[in-house]
Amino acid sequence: MSHCEANALTGDTYTRRFDTGPAGDTLIVNMGPQHPSTHGVLRVIVELDGEYILRAEPVLGYVHRMHEKMGEVKSFTQYLPNMGRVDYLHALAWNWAYVGAVEKLGGVEVPERAQYLRVISTELNRISSHLVWWGAYLLDLGAFTPIMYAFDDREIILDLLQIITGSRLTYCYFRFGGVVADVTPAFVSGLTEFLARFKSRLPMYTDLVTNNVILRKRCEEIGVIDVDMARRYGATGPVLRGSGVAYDTRRAEPYGIYDRFDYEIPTFPEGDAMARYMVRMREMEESVKIIEQALAQMPEGEYLSAKAPKPAWKPGVGEAYFAVEGARGKIGAYVVSDGAKNPYRVKLRAPSYCNLSLFAELAQGVILADAVSIMGSLDLVIPEIDR
Amino acid sequence: MISQTFKEAVSAVWSMVVGLKVTGRNFLQPQITVHYPRQVVTNLDTYRGHIELVAKDEDPFKAKCILCGQCENNCPSGCITIESVTRETPAPPAPEPAPGEEAKPAPKPKKVKELTQFMLDYNLCSLCGLCVQHCPVDSLRFSTDVYLAGFSRGEFEFELLEMLQKRGKK
Ligand code: SF4
Ligand code: SF4
Repeated sequence: MSHCEANALTGDTYTRRFDTGPAGDTLIVNMGPQHPSTHGVLRVIVELDGEYILRAEPVLGYVHRMHEKMGEVKSFTQYLPNMGRVDYLHALAWNWAYVGAVEKLGGVEVPERAQYLRVISTELNRISSHLVWWGAYLLDLGAFTPIMYAFDDREIILDLLQIITGSRLTYCYFRFGGVVADVTPAFVSGLTEFLARFKSRLPMYTDLVTNNVILRKRCEEIGVIDVDMARRYGATGPVLRGSGVAYDTRRAEPYGIYDRFDYEIPTFPEGDAMARYMVRMREMEESVKIIEQALAQMPEGEYLSAKAPKPAWKPGVGEAYFAVEGARGKIGAYVVSDGAKNPYRVKLRAPSYCNLSLFAELAQGVILADAVSIMGSLDLVIPEIDR
Repeated sequence: MISQTFKEAVSAVWSMVVGLKVTGRNFLQPQITVHYPRQVVTNLDTYRGHIELVAKDEDPFKAKCILCGQCENNCPSGCITIESVTRETPAPPAPEPAPGEEAKPAPKPKKVKELTQFMLDYNLCSLCGLCVQHCPVDSLRFSTDVYLAGFSRGEFEFELLEMLQKRGKK
């Protein structure tokens, strides 16, 4: 009996494809779906020779919620709350991608003030997303305390976003033609206070973690992605910028009012886990810069256009694609309408999906512990991958 | 070679000392966690709970709702069910025709729709706020009960009109 058949008796569809190999002394291990380092329900089948990974294959679909299909059975407006649930960490970027696509399709104008509110809330959300990644990544690497520091700051962001959106995680804040609520004086003063505080916290993060020798040993020269590989898999966001490519949707295809702000696109050429780490740390600083500028420039006015579509509105026949830069990379929403009250098709491009596909190749030949470090450095959000 | 290794070792140890300093500084800071239930967090006023009906200014037992059905139709999760009855109010007596004029047709009895039940299945609600946003008479708002808890699904099927009347009695 070949090893393949032996496996077939015990495994499922996925493990069956994993032949134990001619030596027969390799071990097939399921990492996940309940593995702490997979943050959610990702399952990775790894074939181990001792501690080295010979092959790794991610298995998806454990939190598939049919978000794309749901778009076809809900009206344009009714689909809005779905966006907050695709990626729970950077919900507002998804809000923006969908709202932007529909606005493009229906030619809806967005008032000035709403544009600024969108930028401020999205960038705040980006910081909170990166903070969760930072804490969770270090947790994967075995450092427990940093997540406490990260959540200390994140809690303030959630409080702020709760004031304007009413939610703490799954925001449904954007509407066609604006946003649903204006900022309050409490929000503005809280935000100013937070930005000052956060700027003084960043050097502390560097002292506590970034310069730490243990972290550096676990990240440097681990999971090196070269530009060619990143391009082959369609990686975007900090993963691509960690390979030295200065590609950021906010700069490459400016949407909203991002062309009005002065900020840098941080890139690090090394391509290893440390480079991706550094990109995200620098991005938080840049987000602070953007928020400060937006807050200073924000004009008075309406936050939701008076001509904003009514809930039963139909955008007319056509199709539109809108891409925004999320915390994990390029988020795209492609909406097709045949003139009915529901979209004909909604296609969502999730950056984590492409970023995850790198993992199988990256993990080949590394130690299992390094694979955990690599996976963490990709910043995966599983609900976004499965959608 | 040896000096190189020595330098690296020193800087590695130093990075940990710096980290320990941060830990030490934070150790002396006041605690930031809140010991529930002896203490509560302070950001509860912006909390959005399940939706509730808003009473008319003149009558705390009646909702402002005009039964337009916007909320029911637009709710993405279909968690709102509205029941109403149509009541006829007796027609006012026809005015006496002035002499020499033809009698006007008698006024028709007025039909008034009245809200009898406003069911919210909070189990399904995604708190998107579309119902609150689109209510033409601002008859809906978010409640602020943070401590909502229950043991079964049934406990989260609310009759909002009843809740409004209970609030009115208080
Ligand atoms: S939208 Fe407002 S007025 Fe219309 S049915 Fe709902 S609660 Fe009543
Ligand atoms: S908040 Fe959204 S999901 Fe909840 S009842 Fe209103 S429309 Fe429905």
